Amino acid sequence: MLTEKEKQIIRELQNGIPLVHRPFKILAQKLRTTEEELINKIKSLLDRGYIRRFGATVRHHDLGYPANAMVVWNVPDELAEEKGRIMAGFKEVSHCYQRPRRPGWPYNLFTVVHGRSREECVRAVKKISLATGIKKYRLLFSTIELKKSSMRYFE
Amino acid sequence: MNMKLDPVDNKLINFIQSNFPLVPEPYREIGATLGIREDEVIDRIKHLTENGVLRRLGGIFDSRKLGYAGTLCAMKVPGDRISETAAVINSFPGITHNYIREHSFNMWFTVLAPSQDKLDEIINQIKNRTGINDIMVLPAEKIFKIRVNFDLD
Repeated sequence: MLTEKEKQIIRELQNGIPLVHRPFKILAQKLRTTEEELINKIKSLLDRGYIRRFGATVRHHDLGYPANAMVVWNVPDELAEEKGRIMAGFKEVSHCYQRPRRPGWPYNLFTVVHGRSREECVRAVKKISLATGIKKYRLLFSTIELKKSSMRYFE
Repeated sequence: MNMKLDPVDNKLINFIQSNFPLVPEPYREIGATLGIREDEVIDRIKHLTENGVLRRLGGIFDSRKLGYAGTLCAMKVPGDRISETAAVINSFPGITHNYIREHSFNMWFTVLAPSQDKLDEIINQIKNRTGINDIMVLPAEKIFKIRVNFDLD
């Protein structure tokens, strides 16, 4: 469980850390704690898995990977676990989830595939299909990004 | 891309995505590792952020662990109603991603909320306010991968 103090720290950390010589000291002053205590609390939040990662987030779109496709796969339920793990192993795959099927929607594994071009995405998906033996799939390329933002928690 | 990255930028970006030092003088330590001065580290990060290469410097949180509920949704939106519908959907703070994708279910967005009830409420409000009921709610049943790092060659 999170303490009120830890929620305050999380709230503050989603504003980003300042680009100054002693950034944690500045944040600690705002949070009425010490630099050392704040650093230890952040490490503890990382160890306990509340913070998945501490560092920079990049815009991959601006890093030369403008193409992304959500690839949806129809995988027999009893193979979903095994195939999901194989798909997750591909470096072109950033996300891999199992989700429920819906009427008219037979797909249960979802991967997001990134590439420098559409063709590169298509090639990666063919590799994945070959490696998993799953031939029922669809690529849903994204054509417009309407929103991309970081969630703000406890606000 | 509106900015040319040099090899030092690439090394810096790779390093600070996963190895941001949790020490009193993190930028000095990053500089020591990469062989550049502390003020150059700060200047480069500032520049990369202003040019939109870096989004944020801070914590990336596990929403489930924090007690939040979330789901992916797919909606069938008529072609001439894309922007008004996006405006309604994006106005909810819990919408973190929203993309148009090539499919009859053309609008794909993710929602996060502090509880399952709040999540259901947001989805109902979206249906009511857009008048569009053709929506698939697809919560993750199992997570095999969430990659947060992006390696530059």
